Amino acid sequence: MRNKYSVFSLIKNALSYHENWQRAWKDPAPKKEYDAVIVGGGGHGLATAYYLAKKHKMNNIAVVEKGWIGGGNTGRNTTIIRSNYLWDASAGLYDHALKIWEGLSQELNYNVMFSQRGVMNLAHNLQDVRDLKRRTHANRLNGIDAVYLSTEEVKKFCPIINTSPDIRYPVLGGTLQRRAGTARHDAVAWGYARGADAMGVDIIQNCEVKGIKRNGDSVEGIETTKGFIKTKKVGVVAAGHSSVIANMAGLRLPLESKPLQALVSEPVKPIIDTVVMSNAVHAYVSQSDKGELVIGAGTDDYVSYTQKGSHQIVEGTLNAILELYPIFSRMRMLRQWGGIVDICPDASPILSKTSIKGLYFNCGWGTGGFKATPGSGDLFAHTIANDEPHKLNAAFNLNRFVSGDLVDEHGAAAVAH
Amino acid sequence: MFLINCPYCGERDQQEFKAGGEAHIERPKQPTELSDDEWAEYLFMRKNIKGVQFERWNHSHGCRKWFNMIRDTSNDEIKAIYKMGEKPPSQ
Repeated sequence: MRNKYSVFSLIKNALSYHENWQRAWKDPAPKKEYDAVIVGGGGHGLATAYYLAKKHKMNNIAVVEKGWIGGGNTGRNTTIIRSNYLWDASAGLYDHALKIWEGLSQELNYNVMFSQRGVMNLAHNLQDVRDLKRRTHANRLNGIDAVYLSTEEVKKFCPIINTSPDIRYPVLGGTLQRRAGTARHDAVAWGYARGADAMGVDIIQNCEVKGIKRNGDSVEGIETTKGFIKTKKVGVVAAGHSSVIANMAGLRLPLESKPLQALVSEPVKPIIDTVVMSNAVHAYVSQSDKGELVIGAGTDDYVSYTQKGSHQIVEGTLNAILELYPIFSRMRMLRQWGGIVDICPDASPILSKTSIKGLYFNCGWGTGGFKATPGSGDLFAHTIANDEPHKLNAAFNLNRFVSGDLVDEHGAAAVAH
Repeated sequence: MFLINCPYCGERDQQEFKAGGEAHIERPKQPTELSDDEWAEYLFMRKNIKGVQFERWNHSHGCRKWFNMIRDTSNDEIKAIYKMGEKPPSQ
């Protein structure tokens, strides 16, 4: 039985110096057989397991993770959550996630520190202005909150932005989604892990998948570093390593894995109470609850699995940050890191069945998967349990690269992730 | 971030170059006869290998010439560089 987290449990455990908290999830050895196995213990994988157990009553399932849970891109992103996407399919997908975020801490009994501090996207040229206005209208038609702001309104909403007309890329306006914001990324993985574990899901860490066993066109199980696990359903949620797993099953995916970098500054007092993104100059920044500026840089253009990235990418981002926020000119950066993101040609994800029965892929989230974590898990669980996609992820099938029915968010929505 | 030995200019910083993706993907000889599956394979599907991969690169801020590279994507180590049209050297 899982103890409930509350103010009373906090007081009770304080009396024993916080040394007797119940374990949040077990550390089981893999069983011989499961009804389904999720490959990848990041936020999306753990959420998938959670909803499989909760909504589809599949409790004899496991999550296998080659490292530790939440140690991949879940712990490496800049924690931004928003749903202001242009196309109907994307808007449906990301707003489904945002609606779950709004009640997630209560549902999981785990504080994911979801903070609807708003996300503002800046326009720096006339095309940006047209694109962002179009996107604002499209969002509102889809029932997603969005407003277009003038330069003065941008300045009023975030006073530290340099809105002077004589900078290289002046601020001509912007959009604001007030329901958008941030969440604590580690807590999302931990909350879902705890919730899934409580319903009987085995979370198996330090267990790397080495092969996928097929019998003709069906999945029979997976070879792992902890032995063979028999299962008829495998859901792969391996982000940057999706192609590696696909190759094991003899599949090819339309993905390229590239390093994406982020960095944080030394902690300072509250100075920016929202998230500001600028696609044209590729700079985005928010402030963590600890006080660090959280800055997202861009991807390198070459395939790499090194979790590093090139120095000039960071330099370019910081140039832009300094022009937009001269107040940050003396900030010192504390840490920089890279994650490997799997990018689709149309910059939209794949949540899909494959040509192999019982093998499902949830990948291609590229540079912006964190925001979708709860929705992605919910829809992928539906796809695995029913062997059919939910109507919200039907457009994000693998076959769209054959039919040509792409969800081309890349240029159209001017989205920085 | 690494140094790249351009076959025309010599060793230069990686930021002078643009990565051009997987190499040796042959353009279909009879495009009109291709099925949708074959188009998808040609246009979108990629090996995306973790390990030794064949790639095209362009010295975009230098001589602007294209060339091929064999690189280990798990540690960014460059194994070989050879010109367009040449056969990959045996490693």
